[in-house]
Amino acid sequence: MYKFIARRLLSTIPVLVIVAVLVFLLLRLTPGDPAAILAGDAASRDQIAQIRISLGLDKPIIVQFGIWVSHILRGDLGESFYFKIKVTDLIAQRLEPTLALASFTLVIAVLVSVPLGVIAAWRFGGWFDRALMGFSVLGFSIPVFVLAYILIWIVSLKLGWLPVQGYKRIGDGFWPFLRHLILPSITLSVIYIALIARVTRASMIEALGEDYIRTARAKGLPESRVLIAHALANAAVPIVTVIGIGVALLIGGVVVTESVYAIPGLGRLTVDAVLARDFPTIQGVILFFSFVYVVVNLLIDLSYVIFDPRIRY
Amino acid sequence: MSAVLEVRDLSVALPAGGDRRRAVERVSFNVERGEIVCLVGESGSGKSVIAQALMGLLPPALPVTGGSILLEGEDVVKLRPERLRELRATRMSMVFQEPMTALNPVMTCGAQIDEVLRQHTRLAPGERRAKILDIVHEVALPDPERIVASYPHQLSGGQRQRIVIAMALVLEPVLLIADEPTTALDVTTQAQILKLIQELQARHGMGVLFITHDFGVVAEIAHRVAVLRLGEMVELGAKIEVLMRPQHFYTRMLIAAVPKVHPQGRSADASAPLVLETRGLSKTYVDRGWFSGRRAVNAADDVTLEVRRGQTLGIVGESGSGKSTVARCIVRLIDPSGGQIRLGGEDIATRSRAALRPLRRKVQIVFQDPYRSLNPRRTVGEAIIEGPRNYGLSRREALERARRLMELVRMDPGVLNRYPHQFSGGQRQRICIARALAMEPELLIADEAVSALDVSVQAQVLALFEEIRARLNLAMLFITHDLRVAAQVCDYVAVMSHGRIVEQGPALQVFGGPRHEYTRALFAAAPGRDFAFGAG
Repeated sequence: MYKFIARRLLSTIPVLVIVAVLVFLLLRLTPGDPAAILAGDAASRDQIAQIRISLGLDKPIIVQFGIWVSHILRGDLGESFYFKIKVTDLIAQRLEPTLALASFTLVIAVLVSVPLGVIAAWRFGGWFDRALMGFSVLGFSIPVFVLAYILIWIVSLKLGWLPVQGYKRIGDGFWPFLRHLILPSITLSVIYIALIARVTRASMIEALGEDYIRTARAKGLPESRVLIAHALANAAVPIVTVIGIGVALLIGGVVVTESVYAIPGLGRLTVDAVLARDFPTIQGVILFFSFVYVVVNLLIDLSYVIFDPRIRY
Repeated sequence: MSAVLEVRDLSVALPAGGDRRRAVERVSFNVERGEIVCLVGESGSGKSVIAQALMGLLPPALPVTGGSILLEGEDVVKLRPERLRELRATRMSMVFQEPMTALNPVMTCGAQIDEVLRQHTRLAPGERRAKILDIVHEVALPDPERIVASYPHQLSGGQRQRIVIAMALVLEPVLLIADEPTTALDVTTQAQILKLIQELQARHGMGVLFITHDFGVVAEIAHRVAVLRLGEMVELGAKIEVLMRPQHFYTRMLIAAVPKVHPQGRSADASAPLVLETRGLSKTYVDRGWFSGRRAVNAADDVTLEVRRGQTLGIVGESGSGKSTVARCIVRLIDPSGGQIRLGGEDIATRSRAALRPLRRKVQIVFQDPYRSLNPRRTVGEAIIEGPRNYGLSRREALERARRLMELVRMDPGVLNRYPHQFSGGQRQRICIARALAMEPELLIADEAVSALDVSVQAQVLALFEEIRARLNLAMLFITHDLRVAAQVCDYVAVMSHGRIVEQGPALQVFGGPRHEYTRALFAAAPGRDFAFGAG
């Protein structure tokens, strides 16, 4: 088990190296000069060249890459061109809103989708099942920003129940913090509800066809226990897997959601950094996301041991 | 007499479009206290439907349309769902066919028995635990403490079936419904489980409804027998009466189809030319875990055997004995780890795939499951001619051969353009045989080729194998777990256990006076071995 964890952590290294190389090259190959953006519209050619030298962008790409990597190995992601502070500090500052948004979204998604999927599978082919499948197609198809504006218009503008946008730190009080997170989390969770409910349903339908379900019913157990203790417990592995995939996709989701709701998190930071051609920040954030992704996947694999005693590492 | 169960005029509907209107048609029978009633029938006879109806477990597509099921006077058909749930496991319990899948794989065995107690009793945790250990001990499982903490996958098939039985009997129901509880088990395990059910039945005085397709099992366990055919009960009576003096033609046909344990004495010519010879054949599977180190399993170990033209060698063994591994090595579907496979004098054990190709034709194999060994999207004609076409026959010639072979296997040559799903299991197996013969092989391997078939169909397919062997003077390797089947078709028999041949010789000699301890145990376990079916 520990050897498995160690091996998996070691295997993250090549993944991160490939991500680092790709991100570094991609940024340098795409048009757009960070120096020109920093210098502003009125800058002269000399001023821009000056800035370029100060950022180290005049050096050959291979040298730039060497410097960047040697910094990373010391735990330093460099200094942001635009914000003028260390990228690690920048990520630390922006982490809380994203973490809060992502966890809220996941909690809502799981709490809503799993029961929906279980009931749909139990009443397979019935009206509830068909309605859920219809909703699921809708949930997949509707773009996050469209849904966001619809919800803002109804809940915030017409009904006035929740703030339109913005973010309050948890340190500023739990209620304001919560109020600002409800709409973004619901918006973001819809697609995951659709996804997880679908997988839960499919996985449950399969489990409900198994012989041990008949055994459980023959024991005289109530239907709720048959569904949860027997069917859902056996359907758990695919569900957990798709939740894990959901976490990975969430990284993309927060970018849009944070922009629409003006939440100062990592997603918003990514957008700002891209617009400003802030190379160190983009590289840093993407490396950070990749690392999170790999760790989440590892945690998912490890969780299988809890859900299925036949799995051993 | 006090009937535990009284079934009166029970009818169960089939969904529209089935092959008949009702799954079960006006069936009536009783199960008395302390009595084992066997419900016998072939697949599709409705026997499992009756079992599920008794437990109130029928799917909505199969509703009870008439009659009553009185469990100690209470009509199960009319009960509210809550009352039905109360009765399950307390008054009536069920044991299923597949012990491998009947238990929840993610719950310990102890917890699964405990569920019954928690649902139906108000016992304290300590009392429940004591009761669980008691019942696990009673079904003769070793080391109850460890078994209770185990997950199903850590136990063998026989042990799992004991757990299912323990779960069914922990609350001492008056009726036990056993739906083919030993069909998926090896013959020695089957004998143990049958004995266990008999013992428990006698000790607790419950009524048992035992569902089976195997007359050997019936002879072993039943007090009374009910025979079902296409949803209707055709015969009901005491065991001796039904087995010795069957009245209905269908019962007579079923009993006549039970293969005899005693081999017919056919004199095999020991000087016929050798077709296949293996010398010290072995197959070792190496499990190389990342960290667990090397673990080697000898699936076949030093297997030496011979098959001569016009003769049949049977390989008999239980699951995991290595008999299928040997077959697969001979066909080179898997590569042997050592030894020789001499086909017509040439060693093919280590030949490259390309060098093997011309010889592939000479050995053909028929597999166990006729439902899965034909490609469902190809007509049976295409399936039969594909092989010969690969070896250079023109389409017209190949089709001509396919038509001749269809006649040989007693099928209408006009159905070559149909798809596999349009045929029954027995017909498909005939098609598989025609497909194998289309290659004009010298050696035909039948790997459990009749195990999935009903006994009446099995008898026909066995007769077909015999006829083909005699007509084409083929060498046959017949792999089976069923001693009766082996006795029926084999000239020579090799008994395998744990990858090794433990006894080998002419069928008459091996069946007449088995020398090895394992062979004797295997024979002793065969259900109904001492019963002269239909002899009255």
